[in-house]
Amino acid sequence: MARFLGALFGGLGQGSAYALIALGFVVIYRSTKVVSFAQPSLMVAGATAVSYLAAGGDALLPFWVAVPVAMLLTGLLAAGVERVALRPMVGKPVFTVAIITIGVDIVLRVIVNRLIGVNIRAVGDPWGLSVVTVGGIPLQVRFLAMMAALTLVIAALGAFFRYARVGLAMRATAHDQEVALAQGISVGSVFALSWAIAGALAALAGMFVGTSSGIDQNTWIIALKALPAIVIGGLDSIGGAVVGGLVVGLVEALVATYQPAWLGENFALVSPYVLLLLVLLVRPYGLFGTREVERV
Amino acid sequence: MTGRFPYHAGRGGPRRRSQGVAVLAVSNLEVVYDDVILVLRGVSLQVPQGSIVALLGANGAGKTTLLRAISGLLDVHEGEVTKGRITLDGEEIHHLDAPRIVRLGIKQVLEGRRVLAEFTVEENLRVGAHAARGRALGDDLDRVFTLFPVLRDRRRRTAGYLSGGEQQMLAMGRALMSDPRYLLLDEPSLGLAPLLVQQIRDLIVAINEQGTTVLLVEQNATMALGIAGHGYVLETGKVVMDKPSADLLADDDVREFYLGLGGDGRRSFRDVKHYKRRKRWLS
Repeated sequence: MARFLGALFGGLGQGSAYALIALGFVVIYRSTKVVSFAQPSLMVAGATAVSYLAAGGDALLPFWVAVPVAMLLTGLLAAGVERVALRPMVGKPVFTVAIITIGVDIVLRVIVNRLIGVNIRAVGDPWGLSVVTVGGIPLQVRFLAMMAALTLVIAALGAFFRYARVGLAMRATAHDQEVALAQGISVGSVFALSWAIAGALAALAGMFVGTSSGIDQNTWIIALKALPAIVIGGLDSIGGAVVGGLVVGLVEALVATYQPAWLGENFALVSPYVLLLLVLLVRPYGLFGTREVERV
Repeated sequence: MTGRFPYHAGRGGPRRRSQGVAVLAVSNLEVVYDDVILVLRGVSLQVPQGSIVALLGANGAGKTTLLRAISGLLDVHEGEVTKGRITLDGEEIHHLDAPRIVRLGIKQVLEGRRVLAEFTVEENLRVGAHAARGRALGDDLDRVFTLFPVLRDRRRRTAGYLSGGEQQMLAMGRALMSDPRYLLLDEPSLGLAPLLVQQIRDLIVAINEQGTTVLLVEQNATMALGIAGHGYVLETGKVVMDKPSADLLADDDVREFYLGLGGDGRRSFRDVKHYKRRKRWLS
């Protein structure tokens, strides 16, 4: 039982980090209808920024300041990428734009890898592998932090999209760009802001991915876990991204804990994609993808 | 500019901001889509502040294109102003983007209502207030709810489930949230029952009486000319007629081609050909 609960908890924790990345994909997709494959590089860029700012003996900033600063910097970087590489492509087929994001990802990764170097870099998190024991079950503090961060982000994003003038403008742009323009919404700014938000979320996720294990040149691969998450949840659904991320984390943790020997050692790594396949067979638009509201 | 003064103001009403040359003017405008399709071929038109001006024409005449050119929405459709100019109070605006033009106080209500179906009524209205930064949202909501009481009753409802007439009111209310000086209405009566067309017509008059100038594009010429002071007839990208509404309503050609009245006894094929000859209005 303790083993099961442990897997459940670890899965939800790791899933929270996946959900944060997935949220970035969804925010960009909703405004621009483009799946941005630049998220992995932004995630690592954010983690690297935290590492440079907060890790080591001569840390520039305390960890709690470094994280928001890194989120801000990554957000600015993402908005800059949007402005330079993607804005000129507005109106072009989304496939073309998606391919450009792959190119952006490669370029950014090369630069960031250079900054990471060949060794594993710590991100300077205060949790490490420390554990609190609740009701006899050991819970890793970093997973608690991930869940707390995800909860905060969901609440903040929810309020932003529902109540903020700019948040509402972003949703309007997602639904109908011409209508948004006709109301005086600058669609270009909305695109840039979506990228900035996605970049900031990726940075936060990257920091969590780097906790305890640190980051290296292959850390970006973890961001790809967000792809089954968003497809399972539905590309345009904030709630779907969260559920998708958590489900991916859970499935991975449970498979890792209970996989029978004949499946092989690392089947957990493949399991999210198997789940993805199953979900797509039943619900091609994901669990929470939109079916449009229409008067009959 | 041919002298066409004096302009008929719609139904008068207080003019909140009239000063100087308060007019939205289009002169000799040429618009091309996709670099090759010439849609407007030298259109000139004037919308003096405080008036209701009707723009009539068949499908494909270029009415919507003209509205898009004014409100800066040509980009979305790969269109471009290649000649001529659009001025607001003497300042050129045809090179500005849509958000800038909205901030200058020109708002277009797109054809087919285009409410944000998954938003609530109130959220739709708040989107309309985007350009009204620094104004009190509550006041704007109250003003719009006073004009369209049905929206107040439905404010928490999902916009996609409103009836066609309610959606048209929502689209108009949304545009009015930023209190524009000029309202460009594209076929507000489209697909509405006659009773609702009456209601929309009365609302346009009410909006105008509150000081908003209206450029009304309509296929329903009877309705449009009934409330407009001045009317333009657009045909294949050119203004072919331009008169006070009363004169247009009395014009034999307009009565035949746009109002479906008159023309007794002309039923044969030969007469139809005769129409075509006669239809070169100004030649």
